[in-house]
Amino acid sequence: MFRWFHRLASLKNFYRLAEIITPWLAALCAGLLAVGLYRGLFVAPTDYEQGESYRIIYVHVPSAWMSMFVYMVIAFCSGIYLVWKMKLADIVAQASAPMGAAFTFLALCTGSLWGKPMWGTWWEWDARLTSELILLFLYIGYMALRNALDSHAAGAKAAAILALVGVVNIPIIHYSVEWWNTLHQPASITKFDTPSIHISMLIPLLLMALGFTLFYVVNMLSRSRSLILEREANTSWVQSRVQENKL
Amino acid sequence: MKEFFAMGGYAFYVWMSFGLTFIVMATIAINSMLQRKRAVALVKRKAQLNKNSDVVAGK
Amino acid sequence: MVAVVGLAVGLFLNVFKNNIQLFYTPTEVADGLVPDGAEFKVGGLVAANSVVREGDGLTVQFVLTDNAKTVPVRYTGILPDLFREGQGTVSVGKLDSDGVFVASKVLAKHDENYMPPEVADALEQAKQKAPYGSETVIMQ
Repeated sequence: MFRWFHRLASLKNFYRLAEIITPWLAALCAGLLAVGLYRGLFVAPTDYEQGESYRIIYVHVPSAWMSMFVYMVIAFCSGIYLVWKMKLADIVAQASAPMGAAFTFLALCTGSLWGKPMWGTWWEWDARLTSELILLFLYIGYMALRNALDSHAAGAKAAAILALVGVVNIPIIHYSVEWWNTLHQPASITKFDTPSIHISMLIPLLLMALGFTLFYVVNMLSRSRSLILEREANTSWVQSRVQENKL
Repeated sequence: MKEFFAMGGYAFYVWMSFGLTFIVMATIAINSMLQRKRAVALVKRKAQLNKNSDVVAGK
Repeated sequence: MVAVVGLAVGLFLNVFKNNIQLFYTPTEVADGLVPDGAEFKVGGLVAANSVVREGDGLTVQFVLTDNAKTVPVRYTGILPDLFREGQGTVSVGKLDSDGVFVASKVLAKHDENYMPPEVADALEQAKQKAPYGSETVIMQ
């Protein structure tokens, strides 16, 4: 296990592995999103209470999940980077941050577009909404901190500490709807025995969520590879790949 | 079909959400490709530089 | 280190809780647990047969309930699409001297259930057949 971990940590091996699996993941991602969209927009029935407007769930909930998932990836990588100084962890965190911010932005915007017709407001200072907004600020702070300091190592370290401290926000986002009286309703599918969403509406949601996850993974791998190339431009393995014209 | 696009009167909210999501995700994908292009160009430039310095050094 | 982080989290949660506008229940309003003279939020269900529209067509009166106590509400403005009797709502406003909650904003609150209308109808019928007393409404 540790040896495997160590070998993956080698940037060269990671680059090669990412190169091999990316096309497969990208194809699977495209398929999932296509089927998810089709089933979500055409097959899933109308909601008894919200009519057609509930279909926003198929972009809102996956975005919101990804906003938290990507943050957890960054926090996990930050921990590894701080303890073991593992370069790969730093690269994955750096590659992920802009996408996490983008998903948070999407979750807030689509939530607003859903809140207006259903709740009657674009925005409320509700616990769920506010903690999601704080998440957006955490992402922006993280990216700004990375670029603010003179040396790369200092910026990466400071940003990693911020990412770890900011982790407290994640359970707050998740449990805000259960701990406090909020406008936002509790989660529909934390309980897998009896989800509060009908199976015909649940399947497209899960397809979309998996599609979004793969979309993130594919782009994270691609961006990590670009960062590896930039950082390792002078190493012999990168240079020999240039000679063979196999980047 | 017209009924489908009307989304039961919620067309603006539903299509804005899906459209915005599409734009943001397309931007993510395009940016990934641009970053890749930049990185490859940088690595090639460095390779060229190394070659030139080798020539200068008479290797 | 752990203690410092714990303290920071505790402080953060406290500030967060105090600055977020959480809503009060009708029972809390009836018991006088709400801020005096300031704006606050009340959340509850719109009581059955309580919605009365006034002549101007924009002012509406209804009773908010949590199945224990009730609060009368008056509101002038556009109601959200989901507003109806039996629906959860959150209203923002102040209590006037007669104990009527004058709302400046009425928001609809929906639950986390999503299903096709046929399924909702079937559930409703099953509920009506069930013996009386099992019909407690849980206000999320």
